[in-house]
Amino acid sequence: MTREGILSRVRAALGRPPGIAPAPPPLYFSPAQRGSEERVAGFTSALEALAGRVVHCPSREAARDAVTAMIAGKSAVASRSSYLRELRLPVDVPDATAYREACATAEFGITSADYALADTGTLVMLSGADESRLVSLLPPKHIAVVPVSRLIDSLDQLLQRLPRPAAQTSSMVLITGPSRTADIEQILVRGVHGPGEITVILVAD
Amino acid sequence: MSESFVPVEHLRGALADQRLQSAIYAATGRLIEKRAGAVSAEALPDYQQLREQAHRVKRHALDNLDTYLEQLEENIIAHGGRVIWCATGAEVADFILNLAKLRGANLIVKSKSMTTEEIDLNERLEHHRLEAVETDLGEYILQLAHERPYHIVAPALHKTRYEVADLFTARLGVERDLVIENQTLTARRVLRERFLAAGIGITGANFLVADSGAVVVVENEGNARLTSSAPPVHIAIAGIEKIIPRAQDLPVFLKLLGRSATGQPLTVYTSFLSGPRRPGEMDGPEEFYVVLLDNGRTKLLADADKRESLYCIRCGACLNHCPVYRKIGGHNYPGTYSGPIGAIITPQYAGVLKHPWLPFASSLCGACAEVCPVKIDIPRLLLTLRRDIARSRSWTERLAFGAFAWLGTHPRLYSLAGSIAARLAPRAKDGWLRRAPFLSRFGVFRKWLSQRDIPVPARRSFRKYWRDRAKGAPTA
Repeated sequence: MTREGILSRVRAALGRPPGIAPAPPPLYFSPAQRGSEERVAGFTSALEALAGRVVHCPSREAARDAVTAMIAGKSAVASRSSYLRELRLPVDVPDATAYREACATAEFGITSADYALADTGTLVMLSGADESRLVSLLPPKHIAVVPVSRLIDSLDQLLQRLPRPAAQTSSMVLITGPSRTADIEQILVRGVHGPGEITVILVAD
Repeated sequence: MSESFVPVEHLRGALADQRLQSAIYAATGRLIEKRAGAVSAEALPDYQQLREQAHRVKRHALDNLDTYLEQLEENIIAHGGRVIWCATGAEVADFILNLAKLRGANLIVKSKSMTTEEIDLNERLEHHRLEAVETDLGEYILQLAHERPYHIVAPALHKTRYEVADLFTARLGVERDLVIENQTLTARRVLRERFLAAGIGITGANFLVADSGAVVVVENEGNARLTSSAPPVHIAIAGIEKIIPRAQDLPVFLKLLGRSATGQPLTVYTSFLSGPRRPGEMDGPEEFYVVLLDNGRTKLLADADKRESLYCIRCGACLNHCPVYRKIGGHNYPGTYSGPIGAIITPQYAGVLKHPWLPFASSLCGACAEVCPVKIDIPRLLLTLRRDIARSRSWTERLAFGAFAWLGTHPRLYSLAGSIAARLAPRAKDGWLRRAPFLSRFGVFRKWLSQRDIPVPARRSFRKYWRDRAKGAPTA
C-alpha cells in the first residue's frame, strides 16, 4: 500500500523507528504592542497603501448610512453575519439555494470580519453559518463593516488568539487589499478574479 | 565520461534575445528592490530571527516527518477530509481520473501549483480527455501557449502584451487588444464561467499544518480561493515536505514568504483550509482531499547532507538574485524548478549524472543563500553535488586533478613545475590559453577550455618577479 510504502521510506531515510517526535522548537512571535488608536491609524494606512478604502464611522447608524449610500441603485448581497443583521442594512440575504447565484451576479458583496489586522490592513474571515466564502469573492466590489473592537495588532496576535483555527472553521481566509496580478509585463492590475475594490467601514462602537 | 559542460548552444538563443534579456533583468530587478524594502531593518526588525526560526522549524519538521504526516492525516480525517498517499505522478493522475469519473466531472479548474507542473498533471489528464484549466493569469497564458513556467513566482515573466494579445485572439477568438487591463478582464470573464461550471478544483499547498489538518494556500488573484470554494470537490496536491508542525508557526513563514517573493508583507489572500464545508455553511466544497506526494522526496530526505534542500518554501528570491538565472532565464534549466534551487533539487530528483553541468552553472557568489528566507545553504549544496559528480569522473581526469592537488602541497616542486610550464606554455595572440593554436588541436583541451578563461602563464613567474624586485632589478 502506498501509504505504508511512503511512511516506511521516510522512516528508513531518517533512520528511526515509528514513534513520537521530540518537542518542536519553542514558538516565535514578533514583539508588538499598540494602543487602540494606533491600531486604527495603522490599519487605515496599510489598507490605503494597497488602494483599499477605509471609512471611519462613529456609530452603527452612521455605518448603515454609509453602506446605504454606497450601494444605492446597485445590486448587492450581504452575508448572514449577526453583526450585519443588527445594522439592519437595506440588503437582501438570499437563502442557501439562491445564495451562490446572487453572489455571482451582484455588484457588491457585503460582509463583516472576525478580526482585522492593523499591521497589514488585513481582514480575517472565518467561514461558517455567519460568513460565506463566495460573498467576499465573486462580486467585483467588497464592503466589510467591522467594529473597531475586532482590530488586533498582527498575524502573530491572531494565531495567539486562535491557536487552532480548524477547531472553529473549515476555512479561514486573510484578505489583504483588492485582488491583483502583475503577470503580464509586471504591470499591476486590480480585480483579476476577486474584488478589485475593497472598502472597510470601521465602526467605533 | 559524464558531460559536465554547460550546453552553451542552448543558451545562445536566450543570451542573444535583447528583448528577453531586458524583460528578465527588469522583472527580477523589480522583485529584488521590493524584497529589499520589505525586509529592511525598519520594515522588519526581526527578519534574521524569523529566518533562524523558519530554518529551525523546517529542520525539526523534516527530521520527524513521519510523525507529522501521521498527525496531519489524523486531523484531516477528523474534519471530514481524506488523505491520498501517492508515490508518483501517475498515481495522482489515476486518483483524479477515477474520482472525476465517479462524480461525473469533466471540467477541472486549477490554481497555480509547481507540484502539479512537476508531475505533468495537465498532460496526464488531457490524455484521458479530462480538461484541466489553469486559472492563475500567468499560468493560463502559458497553458494557452503550451509552455512551462519561466519563474516559480512569475510564471509568464517572459511574455509581452503583444504575445498575449496574439495568443488570446488565436485561442479565445477575441479581438486583438494590447491593453493589459483589458487582457486581464478577458481572462477574468472566460475563467469565471469555468469556476462556476467546474466539478473539481485542484490547488497546490504552500504549507501543510500538522496540528490542524489544514492546507495553506497563498495568492494574489483570488483564483485559488475560487478553485477551493466554488466546485463541489477540492483536491489539494502537496509534496510531503510542505509540512509544518503547528498553526502557530504560520506567522513566521507567512511573513517571510510574501516579503521574499514579491515584497508583500502578506499576499492578498491567504487561505487556511481544513476540510469540507461544515453543517450550516452556505458554500464551500462538499468533499476535501489532500494528496500527499512523494515523487522522489524520500530520496532527498535520505541524504542527510542535502536534506535541507527540502526546506524550500518556493519564494523565488534565489532566482531573482542569481546572476546566472538573470542571464540564461528560466527555460534553460532542465526540470520544473529553475534557478539556484532548481540547480540543487533537479539533480537530486533526476540523478546527479542526468544533467551534470547544472551544479556547475553557478559562480558560487552566495547571493541565493543570503536571501533565502529559510537559510538553505545553496552554495554548499552545489559544492556537495559537484563532489558527487567529480567522483564519477573518468580516471584520467581524477588522476590529473589528483596530481595537481599533490603538487599544490609541495611548494618547491610546485615552483619548479610552474617555471617549466611557463617556459613551455604555448603562445596565444590575445593572451588566452584557449586561443593557443597548439592546444586547440586537441579535442579534450579545446572542450575543457571552451568554458574557462585562463590566461597564458607569464614567462616570468610571480616569485621570480618578487625576487628580482627585491634585488632592484628592472621589474617591467
